Amino acid sequence: MNRRDALSRVALLLGGTVIGGEVFLSGCTSADKKLGQSLDFTPDDIAFLDEVAETIIPRTDTPGAKDAKVGQFMTVMVKDCYDEKNQKIFLDGMTKLNDASKKKFNGNGFMKITPEQRKQLLTELDKEQKDYAKNKKKEDDTHYFSQMKQLTLLGFFTSEPGATKALRYVAVPGRFDACVPYKKGDKAWAL
Amino acid sequence: MPGDSLNVNVNNKATVQNTYDAIVVGSGISGGWAAKELCEKGLKTLVLERGRNVEHIKDYSGTEKNMWELAHHMKVTEEDKKNSPIQSKCYAFNEVSKKFFVNDIDNPYTQVKRFDWIRGYHVGGRSLMWGRQSYRWSDIDFEANAKDGYGVDWPVRYKDLAPWYSYVEKFAGINGSKEGLPQLPDGEFLPAMEMNCLEKHVAARIKESYNDRVMIIGRSANHTRQVGDRGPCQYRNRCHEGCPFGGYFSSNSATLPAATKTGNLTLRPYSIVLDVIYDKDKKKATGVRILDSETMKTEEYYAKVVFLNASTLGTAQILLQSVSDAFPNGLGNTSGQVGHNLMDHHYGVGAHGEFDGFADQYFYGRRPNGIYIPRFRNISEKTKRTDYVRGFGYQGGANRGKPNTADGIGVELKEQMTEPGPWNMGIAAWGEHLPDYRNKATLNKDKKDKWGLPTLDIDCEYRENEKAMRKDMIASAAEMLEKAGLKNISTFDSDPAPGFCIHEMGTARMGKDPKTSVLNGFNQMHEVKNVFITDGACMASSACQNPSLTYMALTARAVDHAVTELKKGNI
Repeated sequence: MNRRDALSRVALLLGGTVIGGEVFLSGCTSADKKLGQSLDFTPDDIAFLDEVAETIIPRTDTPGAKDAKVGQFMTVMVKDCYDEKNQKIFLDGMTKLNDASKKKFNGNGFMKITPEQRKQLLTELDKEQKDYAKNKKKEDDTHYFSQMKQLTLLGFFTSEPGATKALRYVAVPGRFDACVPYKKGDKAWAL
Repeated sequence: MPGDSLNVNVNNKATVQNTYDAIVVGSGISGGWAAKELCEKGLKTLVLERGRNVEHIKDYSGTEKNMWELAHHMKVTEEDKKNSPIQSKCYAFNEVSKKFFVNDIDNPYTQVKRFDWIRGYHVGGRSLMWGRQSYRWSDIDFEANAKDGYGVDWPVRYKDLAPWYSYVEKFAGINGSKEGLPQLPDGEFLPAMEMNCLEKHVAARIKESYNDRVMIIGRSANHTRQVGDRGPCQYRNRCHEGCPFGGYFSSNSATLPAATKTGNLTLRPYSIVLDVIYDKDKKKATGVRILDSETMKTEEYYAKVVFLNASTLGTAQILLQSVSDAFPNGLGNTSGQVGHNLMDHHYGVGAHGEFDGFADQYFYGRRPNGIYIPRFRNISEKTKRTDYVRGFGYQGGANRGKPNTADGIGVELKEQMTEPGPWNMGIAAWGEHLPDYRNKATLNKDKKDKWGLPTLDIDCEYRENEKAMRKDMIASAAEMLEKAGLKNISTFDSDPAPGFCIHEMGTARMGKDPKTSVLNGFNQMHEVKNVFITDGACMASSACQNPSLTYMALTARAVDHAVTELKKGNI
């Protein structure tokens, strides 16, 4: 019926992906705690993903990604809903993101930089994934940041805080009103 | 001898225990109706279902959960895709509803050409996950084969079915608006659902721009008012998970409970029907043989009349497996038509656009229904096409969803994503698939399923007429949206394989001539008078309307005929 729910909408927005995607195995210094070593995500992995997600969807007057435990959700989705190829892109992507942070901010990994710096970095990565997606062929890899952003939006807006506080959600509407007034600032329906 | 009489007694006892007035094979949308009608007419009826039992409401677990209470927030996992690579592609397959779709590994078939066979093997069948769109056919459909020569003439006309459409609609509970259209007769409707503001606008613009077509609200089996103890619809739009409010028609919510109430129903799950037992002296079926999928034991059941409602392909398979001296090619298959003339609607093609306006309008609730643009091609001399025969209808709807871009990150992105974006609307066509002998399912005795039973080879495709029609389906969709004032119009063709529309039909068609058809005008086998087939297999053409309502009407009518004939001693 071509009905668009929130989920498919997000997938539609970010479903496209990216070019070039050779995986550069970047040499990270041995002193670092390694991120995304396996699908058995560590508490450090989840904390890292939580901060990435929070930078994408921060807490404002409504809850943010961390309140919605999006880091944890990402690990479940990567483990259960990604194929092997995309799992590897995601896991490698965690290190890549951290390395990009170090390169930009004097050797400081993502967890060490300030919220402003995180936003600056992820804004650049978002631009990178968008440019990549524009020229990407269907069979090319997805950009890791596209995965992270997509999972953040999906995880947040289908979470309880995301759906009920950032958006509006009624589990059992009980009726259908075809036309109701809308004023600027009213929240969108979660579903 | 005492021993002999003992044997006879034992046999008799077993026979008596396994004897009913009627047997119905399958409990989906048409099997449920057969069961209800037979039971209500006083026949002790055995319903055989190959899968497990699914009790109304009790077995819809998960649908009461919010998306965040589900591990994957409703999404399909890699394991789902591995177990059910075909089923998991279906729009209705999600984290909750997946229990109603078969495991593709356990239930193999061969795709001679790509064919996505979507199945639910459990009590209620696909009536649990169906799309619920319910449209009458008209004489434009029933006369089509006779007029253009594709397929064989239907042995029925609209006037034969009209009272039965009314009968089933009143019980099933179909919502809709009366429109007075010759190509889409009105029915006995519950109150119609309402169009949202953009849909109303587009409907008005289509009416202004064309004199040959209209856009109406969809007609669906959702209960806009309470129907018996069912509903009303709560506008959750999670129908295919099973509705805890009984807000739509299914075998589980409606026909099987009605059959149970009579005291005449026996439901036997885990019963895979192997074949129909035929007595060549009496020239009748005496019953069916089943495999109990749990105990792996075979058993025989007997009845005066047998209804096959195992689904279009399931019923064809049972007929092809029912070989005997009298019917070496399958029961009632002297015509050689069983398994052939397989059809499905061709769809997944249309247009989408955005609308500038109605920024101060929104909606409340999730309407489980869309709009419908009834067929407007080849319905009169004036609308005749030279490039293809038959026609198509559009389904779709307008929505005010999330914004179209998810730019940037941070507070700006969050704000952007929490306000509704512009209104948009999409329409997609459902087109008629011509009956063609070459489109077929045949029995493969070498490739066995989990239970060691033969499987089907399916060889079906869309051909020249469908391909020519698709060009018009796309072009007309874009043109209408443009005339309605939508912007950024894009067209799409997802090029689905046959089967994926889940409207498969035609493998034991009705017709006037036993040489070219399997069933007569009462869905009765030409060659075996006490066997009736009222699922999709019976269809002599596919029209372009969703077919379930027509299966329901044909079933109620066939049961009425069967019971009348039984009483007269004719079968």
